[in-house]
Amino acid sequence: MRLFLFVVMCLATSLTQAAEVKVAVASNFVQPLAAVAAVFQKDTGHTVSVSVASTGKLYAQIRNGAPFDVLLSADDETPARLEAEGLGVLGSRFTYATGVLLLWSADAAAVDVEGRVLSQPGSGKIAIANPRLAPYGRAAQQALTALSLYDHLKSRFVMGENIGQTFQFVASGNASLGFLAASQVMLNGKLKSGSAWRVPARIYAPIRQDAILLKSGANNTAAQALLRMLRESAARTIIQSYGYE
Amino acid sequence: MSPGDLAALVLTLKLAGIVTALLLLMGTPLAWWLAHTRCRFRPVVEALVALPIVLPPSVLGFYLLVAMGPHGPIGALTQALGLGTLPFTFAGLVLASVFYSLPFVVQPIQQAFAAIPSGLMEAASTLRAGPWDRFRSVALPLAAPGFLTAGILGFAHTLGEFGVVLMVGGNIEGETRVVSVQIYDHVEALEYGAAHGLSLTLLVLSFSILLVLYARRQPWRL
Repeated sequence: MRLFLFVVMCLATSLTQAAEVKVAVASNFVQPLAAVAAVFQKDTGHTVSVSVASTGKLYAQIRNGAPFDVLLSADDETPARLEAEGLGVLGSRFTYATGVLLLWSADAAAVDVEGRVLSQPGSGKIAIANPRLAPYGRAAQQALTALSLYDHLKSRFVMGENIGQTFQFVASGNASLGFLAASQVMLNGKLKSGSAWRVPARIYAPIRQDAILLKSGANNTAAQALLRMLRESAARTIIQSYGYE
Repeated sequence: MSPGDLAALVLTLKLAGIVTALLLLMGTPLAWWLAHTRCRFRPVVEALVALPIVLPPSVLGFYLLVAMGPHGPIGALTQALGLGTLPFTFAGLVLASVFYSLPFVVQPIQQAFAAIPSGLMEAASTLRAGPWDRFRSVALPLAAPGFLTAGILGFAHTLGEFGVVLMVGGNIEGETRVVSVQIYDHVEALEYGAAHGLSLTLLVLSFSILLVLYARRQPWRL
C-alpha cells in the first residue's frame, strides 16, 4: 500500500512538473513574455504555449471557448470584464506591467528627445494604433490632444489594427514616425535602433496591463506558477528592461 | 448604417469598379497571349498569374508594403516619378488589388479565347479580315461570356478583399478603409450589432453578384 501511494505521488509530481500553461498575450508583451517564459521553463520545468493577438480578439476568443489558462491583456478593462462575466478567476487580477508610450522613428536622427519634431512642419505619415481598438493608440490620442496637436496632425495618421502592425508601418519606412510601445524598440533598457521621444506619462492615462487567471486554467499549477513569477523581482527586472514601468 | 459605414461601402464599390475596369483592359492582351503563344515561358507566366489564388493575402500584402515603401523597387520608381509612395493611398490599394484579383479576370478570358475554334479565325482571314477586325468581330463576341465571368469575378473578389488592404492600407477613412476593414474594426471593438449590419449588406451584395453569374449558365434564364 505504501509503495502504491509512493508511486501515485511520484506520478502526480511528474505530472505537475510537466504541466503546460496556455497564455493568451497582447501583441506589445510578446517579446518580454518570451524572455520571462525562458526563465520560467528552466526553473520550473513547466512549458508555456503562447498565442498572440490584440486584446479585443483574445477577449472574443475566450468568450467563445478558447482554451487559454492565462490572459496577459494590454489594458485593465478586459480582465475586469472577464472576471465580471465569470470567465476569469475571482481576485486573480493584477497589473503585471505599465506601458510606456514612445514616439519612434527608424531614422536615428529624426526624433529629438523632447518630441519637438511633432510641432515642426512635415509631411511624412505618422503611424498610431487604432485608438478605437488599442490602448497604445488611445494613449497616443490623449497625448496629442493634451499637446493640442491632434487636429493639426490628424491628416497624417495611418492606423495599425494593433501595436504590432503600427510598428511594421514605421520600421518599413512607410511612416516616418509612430507611437509605439517602448517594449517594441527597447532591449536591456536601451533603444535597439532609430530615435525616440518618451512621451511624458502625465499627458496620457496610465496603460495598466492586467493579467488574469482564466476559468480553464483555475486548477493548472503551471498557470498559477507563471502568474506568481510575474510578480517576483526576477521577472520584474526582465519586464523593466523592455521599457515598462 | 453610420456615415462611416456608408463611406466604407462607397469606397469599396469605387475600388472594385476601377480595379475591374483596369483588369479587363490589361488582362485581355495578356489572356490572348497566354491562349495562343507557343513561347516556352508560358507556364512561368501562367503560374505567376495564378499565384494570388494560393498565396495568403498576408504574404502578398507584406511584400507589397515592402516593395511600395520608400526602400522598395516600386517605391523607388514612384518616388522618381514624383508620386511619393503608394502605401496608405487609394492608388496603392488599386495597385495591390490589381495583383490580388488578376487570376480571376485573366483565367476566364484566356479559357474563352482558347475555346474559339482556330478554323473560324482562319475563315475570317480568307475573307480578308485583318487581325484587328478578326479579333473584334469574331474573337470578342465569341468570348463575351468569358469576359462577363471575368468582370463579375474580378469585381466580387476585390469587394471581399481584406488581408492585403489591412497590410498596405493604414485604415484611413474615405481613402483606404474598405468595408471588410470597417467590419473588422467593429468586431474588434466588440460592436457586434454594427458588424452584423455591414456584414449582412456585403453578404447580400456578394450573393446577388454571384447569382447573376451562375444564373446565366442555366439553360433557363432568370
